[in-house]
Amino acid sequence: MKQASEILQTLQEQFPDQIAKSSQECLQPFVVVAPGAVAEICAFLKNDPALAFDTLMCLSGVDYKGSKTEPERLEVVYHLFSMRHRHKMVLKVELPREDPALPTVEAVWAIANWHEREVYDMYGIHFDGHSDLRRILCPDDWVDYPLRKDYVQPETYRGMPAAADKQFAERAQEGEDLGTDPYQAG
Amino acid sequence: MQVEAYAGEEMVLNMGPQHPSTHGVLRLELETDGEIVRNVIPHIGYLHRCFEKHAENIDYPGVIPFCDRMDYIASMNNSLGYALAVEKLMGLEVNERVKTLRVLMAELNRIASHLLSIGTYAMDIGSFTPFLHCFREREKVLDLFEWLCGARLLYNYNWVGGVSHDIPEGFEAKTREFMTQFEPVIAEMDKLLSYNKIFLERTADVGIISEEQALSHNVTGPNLRGSGIAWDLRKEEPYCGYETYEFEVPVGLGEHGPLGSCWDRYYVRIREMEQSLGLIRQALDRLPEGDVHEHIPRRVRPAKSEVYDRTETPRGELGYYLVSDGGLIPFRVKVKSPCFTVLSLLPAIAKGGMVADIIAIIGSIDIVMGEIDR
Repeated sequence: MKQASEILQTLQEQFPDQIAKSSQECLQPFVVVAPGAVAEICAFLKNDPALAFDTLMCLSGVDYKGSKTEPERLEVVYHLFSMRHRHKMVLKVELPREDPALPTVEAVWAIANWHEREVYDMYGIHFDGHSDLRRILCPDDWVDYPLRKDYVQPETYRGMPAAADKQFAERAQEGEDLGTDPYQAG
Repeated sequence: MQVEAYAGEEMVLNMGPQHPSTHGVLRLELETDGEIVRNVIPHIGYLHRCFEKHAENIDYPGVIPFCDRMDYIASMNNSLGYALAVEKLMGLEVNERVKTLRVLMAELNRIASHLLSIGTYAMDIGSFTPFLHCFREREKVLDLFEWLCGARLLYNYNWVGGVSHDIPEGFEAKTREFMTQFEPVIAEMDKLLSYNKIFLERTADVGIISEEQALSHNVTGPNLRGSGIAWDLRKEEPYCGYETYEFEVPVGLGEHGPLGSCWDRYYVRIREMEQSLGLIRQALDRLPEGDVHEHIPRRVRPAKSEVYDRTETPRGELGYYLVSDGGLIPFRVKVKSPCFTVLSLLPAIAKGGMVADIIAIIGSIDIVMGEIDR
């Protein structure tokens, strides 16, 4: 088992130019790496016998638009775990909100295939070299990327109304007479 | 291989989304060659309810009922994972009674979930009777839950910092009563199903998941243990005080055919129910005094931070990735579903088998579509 600081040191020695920043002051220490190098770094993390990150626990996208504390950007977060050595690590990649793209890690962990499809589906982040980059949860012809913070829900989908009906509370606030007040009914 | 004798005309067959054996709304595009499956393409998303988008628009405690609705078979375990993740974000410690109650409910729920899984699996394979036995027992667990918190499936029980209700008077005795009469049922399942010749023939040589595949696809829970890897988060990364309980981690042994078969996965679940009974007994024995609402915060407002937390649900490792920007609503909630990862392995293990084996495989990996599609 290696401490986060040791893992970080190994990475810095191996990829001195690709590590943008890192933090160990938070709950779970993380490393931010350059988008272009992510596949290479992941392959190293998995294949290096002292690190052996054999499991990709989670791959998520995050949209930081509208955050009160963070600059606007997209982020792809890799939560790695080594079942052999029982240590963990968080890898992050920062991307611009326009035309985000980074290499796929599908060849390193097979599960990345579906996780990356989900991130593509929800955030429109393009994974270069992915074997099957299709939408996974939304229909193929869905427009726009739902989990982006500035997503606007369409009125209709294929002629069917897609927006939810207004809640009763909303309608009441707008002053509509819902006929539910027992004192007014009579 | 003798399967080749069943080759014939090639065609594309849609299985689902409304097929009863797909355990929800899952569509499988099968490329068949006579009776042989040449390729499987799973199409998911029919039950997509934008859980993650909803979670970004409500306060932290408000997310819990949505968590319940992901894996509706094991709601207690789902909300537990979320509550623990938020507590980790806030640095909140709960008292011993809450911890013990959470273990108690999680294990009762695990039994209910495995019973459903085993029962429906048997029915998929063509054996109807075990289904009735399993559902009869599951009903008793659901009755206990209904008595506890008023709901039979979607409990909203694990809150941030506590649980919604303390156990009612007499709950302990009723639970013990259930355990006494349930214990022989597990042995009965062995007689009824486990060593049944037809059941063995259908499952023991089918759907082999190798250790390497399991790791690469991040297969977790009973599916991973079915492949012979003794990995259980309750042991490896204990939460809720699991480290103080005595229990074993059953693994597949490959007694009937290759290791990692459908039968191994099925049998791990049977053995796990025994272990859960032991855990419930220990939890009831120790049940410390305390107020279950003692640590519930008036406002749930974690500082700016993020956490990835995982727990062992009946289906495997359920992970929550929470990002907080210091506000009252979560900035990002990502769920890593164990069913999602294991379903991605389906094409690899179903290729080259028979169409009927697909049913056996899907039943054995025990997926819940509500959790895959979120």
